[in-house]
Parts: sequence; structure tokens; C-alpha cells
Amino acid sequence: MVIYGVAILALCTVVGAALGDLLGLAIGVKANVGGVGIAMLLLVAIRWWMVKAGGLSPGFKFGVEFWSLMYIPIVVAMAAQQNVVAAVKGGPVVLVAGVVAVALSFACVPLLAGRRKPDEAGQ
Amino acid sequence: MIDVLQGTIAAQGLLIAFVVVGAIMFAAYFVSKHLTMGRIHGSAIAIVIGLVLAWVGGTMTGGTKGVVDLPLFAGIGIMGGAMLRDFAIVATAFDVDVAEARKAGMVGAVSIVIGIALPFVVGAAVAWSFGYSDAVSLTTIGAGAVTYIVGPVTGAALGASSDVMALSIGTGVLKAVLVMVATPMIARHIGLDNPRSAMVFGGMMGTTSGVTAGLAATDPKLVPYGALTSTFYTGVGCLVGPSVLYLAVRALMGG
Repeated sequence: MVIYGVAILALCTVVGAALGDLLGLAIGVKANVGGVGIAMLLLVAIRWWMVKAGGLSPGFKFGVEFWSLMYIPIVVAMAAQQNVVAAVKGGPVVLVAGVVAVALSFACVPLLAGRRKPDEAGQ
Repeated sequence: MIDVLQGTIAAQGLLIAFVVVGAIMFAAYFVSKHLTMGRIHGSAIAIVIGLVLAWVGGTMTGGTKGVVDLPLFAGIGIMGGAMLRDFAIVATAFDVDVAEARKAGMVGAVSIVIGIALPFVVGAAVAWSFGYSDAVSLTTIGAGAVTYIVGPVTGAALGASSDVMALSIGTGVLKAVLVMVATPMIARHIGLDNPRSAMVFGGMMGTTSGVTAGLAATDPKLVPYGALTSTFYTGVGCLVGPSVLYLAVRALMGG
């Protein structure tokens, strides 16, 4: 049933948000600490458990994946309500931070992955 | 008659938002396909359109909530608000396969850690050099250089101001666009031609839309490997942004 997927997804998100709030309280930060990340780990764990138990129905998957597919449009809606007028004043920050971050990250890929060595070529 | 229609608009806010965002997505994918020949992914163009509309809305109303300050688009505030945003982001974790994730191994995990720390430090340092000195703003802008999701999630959790949020999202969007456009050009020079380097690439760059679009334009066979690590990236970023990274910045800035 589609609603089961939506319900589990909602439960993970709510539980994650609650744990994030409590974690924030525990470490003395007036903030939700990693609620979304915790919810993601919960969902991955539940999915893993359901696949193992053979209970992952197409309806359940659809209930979750619909929202996963709505993620970009929702981010577009989020972008449309930001205070861009104020951000435009700080334009150079965006430009410099974005370009430098991407250039350095690109440079790190070969440092970490290395060139393909002969013994790994068959992988 | 105007009064009646205004009542309709007020009652149907979220549905109007679906129509408006659907139209934005359609326009964005049309531009992506026909004007950039698919080189810039439609989702990146859509987000830029969203930011432009927010600028137009803010200029028209003098408000701080972009297009949402216009009554017709109030529903955008629900659709892109914290509740549905977090709901949809959590849903994307569903496609992570635990068995596959284990195969990504140490180098994938290491790349995620460095891939988050490096742009965060760059973003925060640039923000600092431009005169921001409070820990919340530095963390939020640094997190925006991680991804355009980690930025606002971190900023919302820390209570950052909306203009800092917009800078944070702007940095993340620019990063995603740069990754999409530059990856096919630079792939050969960074050895991006096998699953292992694709996994490292996904963990290093992290922005899922940027990574998947960039790899698709480079070699479609590499897409799942990059996506695998990059889907963890945003989750880990959301976890450490408002917590470990914020505390580190606060310790450095002394308050």
C-alpha cells in the first residue's frame, strides 16, 4: 500500500527531527542537530530490514520514491522563497567560494583515487 | 469577482505552487535540451529560475521571502518550506543500496569526509575574508559550498538570517552548475574513467545533481558509482553541518 511507504517515510522524518532536537539539547546547541541525516539512516535501515524480510512491496516503494522524485521541484520552491535581493549584494562571496571549492575538489579526485593501477584494471 | 478569485487563490495555495513549479521545471528542461544541448542539467536551470523569481518577488514587495510575499505564490512557502523539504530529502536516501555501499569501501568514505571538509573550509574562509565573522553565518555559507541542501538545512537549524541562507544556496547552486559543466571537460585530466575514481568523484563533489549530470555527460556507465557516494554526502553533510562543523567554527571564532 502506497500509504505505508508515505507513513514510514514520515515516521522516519519525524523521529529524526525529534532525535535531532534532543541531540541539540544534549550538546547545548540551540538547533536541530542532524535530524535529516538521522532520518535518512533510519530509512536506509528500515529498507534494508524490509528487503531482508521480503516485505518491500511495489506500493510501499512508490510511496517513498514519489517524494524522492519531488525533491528537485521542492528545492526549486525553496529557492524561490529565499532573500535573493539581500544575497545579490554579497555576489562576490558566492562566486569566489563556489569556484575555489569546486577547483580544489576536482584536484583532490586523482590524489585520492590515484591513476588506475595495472592490478586494479580488471575491477 | 476579484474578491471571489482572491478567495480561490488563498484556498488553493499549495496546488497553485505545484502548477507554478511544474511550469518552471518544464521551461528549465526545455532550455536545458534545446539551448544548452543538455550540457547544463534542467534541475540546475530550474533552481536558477527559482532564485531569479525570488529576486523579482523581493524587489517587487520589499519583503524577505522572495516570491512567497506575493499572495498568488504564497503556496510556494508550503511546498518549499522546512517540513516538505526535509521529507523529500529523507526520501532520496531510499535508493541507497547497503550491499553496494559496502563495496564503495574506505576510499569512498574518506572522499566523503574530505569532500565535505574541503569546500566547507573554503566557503567559510571566503565568507570570513568578505567580512562575516559570526559562527552561524560562516558555518551556513561554508555548508552551502558543500551542497545547496546542506547549506539551508544547516542554516535553518542554526537560525541563520535569510540573506546568509540565500548566499549559502547560491554558492551550492553555483557549485552544482560548475560540476555539471566542467566534469566532461576535466574528466580525462583527473583520471575519471573507472568505477573507483567515479566513487571518489561522487564523494568529493557530493552535489548529486551535479555529479550525476556531469558523469552522464562523461560516461553514463559511471553514473551509479558517483551517485552511490554522493547520496551519502548530503546526509553526512546535514549531520555534521549544524553539529561538528558549527562547534568547530564557534570554537575558532570564540563565540
